[in-house]
Amino acid sequence: MRCQRCKGQASVEVRRHHTAFCNEHFIEFIDRQVERAIEGGKMFTRDDRVLVVVSGGKDSLALWDVLHRLGYRTSGLYINLGIGEYSQESQRKAEGYAAERGMDLLIADIPHDYGMGVDAFARATGRVSCSACGLSKRYLFNKVALDEGFPVVATGHNLDDEAAVLLGNLLHWQTAYLARQAPVLPSTHPALVKKVKPFYRIAERETAAYAIIRGIDYIIEECPNSVGAKSLLYKEALNLLEQAAPGTKQSLYWGFLERGRPLVQTQDDPDLRACVHCGQPTTAEVCAFCRMTERAAARMQVRRHSAHAASSDAPPETPSRERPVPAHPVIPAG
Amino acid sequence: MKVLIRHQKREVEVAGRRRVRDVLIELGINPETVLVIRGAQLLTHDAQVGENETIELRPVVSGGDA
Repeated sequence: MRCQRCKGQASVEVRRHHTAFCNEHFIEFIDRQVERAIEGGKMFTRDDRVLVVVSGGKDSLALWDVLHRLGYRTSGLYINLGIGEYSQESQRKAEGYAAERGMDLLIADIPHDYGMGVDAFARATGRVSCSACGLSKRYLFNKVALDEGFPVVATGHNLDDEAAVLLGNLLHWQTAYLARQAPVLPSTHPALVKKVKPFYRIAERETAAYAIIRGIDYIIEECPNSVGAKSLLYKEALNLLEQAAPGTKQSLYWGFLERGRPLVQTQDDPDLRACVHCGQPTTAEVCAFCRMTERAAARMQVRRHSAHAASSDAPPETPSRERPVPAHPVIPAG
Repeated sequence: MKVLIRHQKREVEVAGRRRVRDVLIELGINPETVLVIRGAQLLTHDAQVGENETIELRPVVSGGDA
């Protein structure tokens, strides 16, 4: 197979575009797609400071790499979720990437700041782990961006991620979620930072190819909590369709953005106000993250009391965290 | 040839000189879900792999909420 541009040996096929590229021209292809996403969606300019949320995985490190190379002003944010060795290893990957290139990485550490990881949050509230994890990440990257003065947060969600979420929302006719699914989520409240997904035009296979060609050392192992996740089932189904009919994922998601979303979109922005505990924007009196962490902390305290009553006369240990939100959850890396 | 399947943490032997596409079909792996690497080089599905060569199948699918 030959590169569409130079006719040299191709290394990556892009079947949905009926084409293939060598390494050099594949990188150019990715750059063009990202620039089209950024400019077309008015995501940010080269003057804006962009906070790139990095997990140590291929998508987010590839995104940071592309944006940095293209001359955007970026800092990374790694959020340690407290998922055992997986979190330690993924943090090492994010720190290693940043250190090798002299790039600015911030770290938010949930077990350090909240006394427990997202698995404990999930157990305490009856949420599935991925839900507690997603809520924690969205809360923290908004908070860190606000505290550190970033006007926009970029995540590494790719075309496959978005198509899988869309399929899940369609299967259950989640019209409220459908209305909010977009590559650009503008700030609708002074404390809600704009969120963008510059990789929404790029397939997951292509972000992985980019990471390998660029020599990015990312965590290959999957999060242990993702075993059995619905998103993986939807991706499997979409990959079966894609194999038989290249372009299915692109047609589904891009078609939704162009023709489906306008049908479900409403002009009414949710009525946001400041959480009475942490000040972050919420539709309720207390935000979902504070409710979750407070419930988890209370449950831990009850268990300590029970353990104390059963074992000794010593007073129970004070929970490591009494306030819902630490003043500064961010520490510089390295 | 030796095929290292990263996400299944196993290695298999496939006999003869084969195209990448045929190796994936034989192993029952959807080509959309992996990249094929020889040394440090990515291979397209029509690439030939020799009897004595080693290739790695690198998963590309990651999941969970975000």
